Amino acid sequence: MKKRAVLFWAQLGFTLMVCAFLIVPVVLSMLAGVTVNYQNGLESGLTLRWIGEVWAGYRQTIFLSIGISLVCLAVTLVLGVPAAYVLAKRQNAMTRAIEELLVMPVAVPGLATALALIVTYGGAGGFRTSWTFILVGHVLFTLPFMVRSVLAVLSAIDLKTLEESASSLGAGFGQRFFQIVLPNCRGGILAGSLMVVTLSMGEFNMTWLLHTPLTKTLPVGLADAYASLRLEIGSAYTLVFFVMIVPLLLAMQAMSRPRKSKTAKADIGEE
Amino acid sequence: MMTDPVQPLAIALSRCGKTFADGTRALEPLDLEIKAGETVVFLGPSGCGKTTTLRIIAGLEDPDAGGRVLFDGVDVTAQPIEQRNVGMVFQSYALFPNMTVAENIGYGLRVRRAKKPAIAARVDEMLGMMRIEPLADRRIDQLSGGQRQRVALARALAVRPRALLLDEPLTALDAKLRDALRLEIDELLRRLGITAIYVTHDQAEAMALGDRIAVMDHGKMAQIGPPREIYRRPATRFVADFIGTMNRISGVARGGVFVTDAGAVPWLEAPPGTTEALFRPEDVTVVDEGQAHLKGSVVAAFFLGDRTRLFVKVDANKPLVVETDARRDYAHGETVGLRIDPRGLMAL
Ligand SMILES: Nc1ncnc2c1ncn2[C@@H]1O[C@H](COP(=O)(O)OP(=O)(O)OP(=O)(O)O)[C@@H](O)[C@H]1O
Ligand SMILES: [Mg+2]
Repeated sequence: MKKRAVLFWAQLGFTLMVCAFLIVPVVLSMLAGVTVNYQNGLESGLTLRWIGEVWAGYRQTIFLSIGISLVCLAVTLVLGVPAAYVLAKRQNAMTRAIEELLVMPVAVPGLATALALIVTYGGAGGFRTSWTFILVGHVLFTLPFMVRSVLAVLSAIDLKTLEESASSLGAGFGQRFFQIVLPNCRGGILAGSLMVVTLSMGEFNMTWLLHTPLTKTLPVGLADAYASLRLEIGSAYTLVFFVMIVPLLLAMQAMSRPRKSKTAKADIGEE
Repeated sequence: MMTDPVQPLAIALSRCGKTFADGTRALEPLDLEIKAGETVVFLGPSGCGKTTTLRIIAGLEDPDAGGRVLFDGVDVTAQPIEQRNVGMVFQSYALFPNMTVAENIGYGLRVRRAKKPAIAARVDEMLGMMRIEPLADRRIDQLSGGQRQRVALARALAVRPRALLLDEPLTALDAKLRDALRLEIDELLRRLGITAIYVTHDQAEAMALGDRIAVMDHGKMAQIGPPREIYRRPATRFVADFIGTMNRISGVARGGVFVTDAGAVPWLEAPPGTTEALFRPEDVTVVDEGQAHLKGSVVAAFFLGDRTRLFVKVDANKPLVVETDARRDYAHGETVGLRIDPRGLMAL
């Protein structure tokens, strides 16, 4: 008993230390964003001035990031869920090869993907300068996460038999897909959506190359602010980023929880 | 309780074979007629093609070119399963995890765009029929195996299918529950008068449920007939060995007697040229040596409570299996006399 208690406290202490190591800089940075003068520390007083300046100067980047991540989510849902369905249904050499290929954009550095895009489409003026150029990069980068996440759930349930029993009850393809397949991979879709939005919001490497002065996303603007403006403004910017992304993460996490046991558990008794 | 006015379906297969994409020959081209309202059991060892045949009837697999599936004489080979209106019950139940019990049962009606009150009424009726009313709002993962099987049956029957196809519906359950549900299914099928095909590799289940049993072996129909006929007059060696216990003894039929090394058995109807006699354990009685047809020595004895099963060696073949209700012990090596009821003798 004693020994376990010691072990418990040691583990707890270690965990807290690691957390502190990660969290303290973030907290400090966010504090800096509301400090009048960072050099003089907190005694100089608190202010919302820097946040106001961020809002005035970088509002567009925030809207663009939200916009891109939502459109990116829509595109990955429309492309990724059916793709995962096909991959789960047809287990053959080709689909396995595609599954392997899906890892590529993750394994290849974002910079390389971005360069490839620029080399290929850089000449297409209107496209190159529009936000859809960044969107294409983000979709390439995040699609595999959506597919894999949905595929994992679809592979865990006995999809074939579920669909067969639905069709024996008279359900055609559309009814099966929307009433049986989609509700049963809800958990995977939510997890995938969470990933896609978060990755798209925070993506920097690729976006840095793909952006134009008129299509700056939030992380690109953040780098800009750190490089060219007062530290306080950069920090205020970080604060805004957190305020935006944390509720989003929490909301999606909460959504994916209640029906978990219902979707995750596959039917028992296999042949 | 209300029973459905079902119009039972006659099913026929004509030259239905199945070769899978990987070249596996699962089914030799076979013909099969199932009468309206009949319960036919497909029985056979694993891999003999029972499921494949059932799936061809359901419309989940296409037969090889030339094969045809007929429902009431109408060719439905090209019809997909969702248009055939046959109920299916799977070994793994295949209940929809995203729906409650009631939603599962009502799904077939919802797909047919039935009105909400009509669905609710039918679901209640099915819940009542399967005696699972208290489970209506449960999720699937909150059910036991037996409850799941009841829901699966209710779901398949809710749409008033023209036939019910069951693929080893009880295999995943424990022995006691299996017996109870078997009785229930038997009673249900009879009451509904629905055409049913029941796949199993359990011969007790087959005997109990089938109006006829189709014994399958390596993608072929070895024999089709009522349980009694399959048991009493097996058409092939495979059927004789697969169903129940069969004893065999070698000898020659001569002048109304079958003469073996261990003795002679009267057998007037022995087909000419018979060199092997087959008989079931229940056609043998253990008797005094004076009245015995055959003599042999006990190689093993198992006390079963109400009777004792003896393994008696009479010749170089496998020992004969006989049963006796004598209240005594049998010693290993003891000589016993056996008397065989001539009506139980078979030749193949
Ligand atoms: N999709 C498939 N592709 C290739 N071969 C298959 C396929 N489905 C079944 N088979 C093969 O066809 C043969 C018959 O299979 P089937 O499932 O009909 O047997 P079964 O009698 O139902 O056996 P069990 O009692 O084990 O369920 C087997 O050899 C099996 O391996
Ligand atoms: Mg089978």
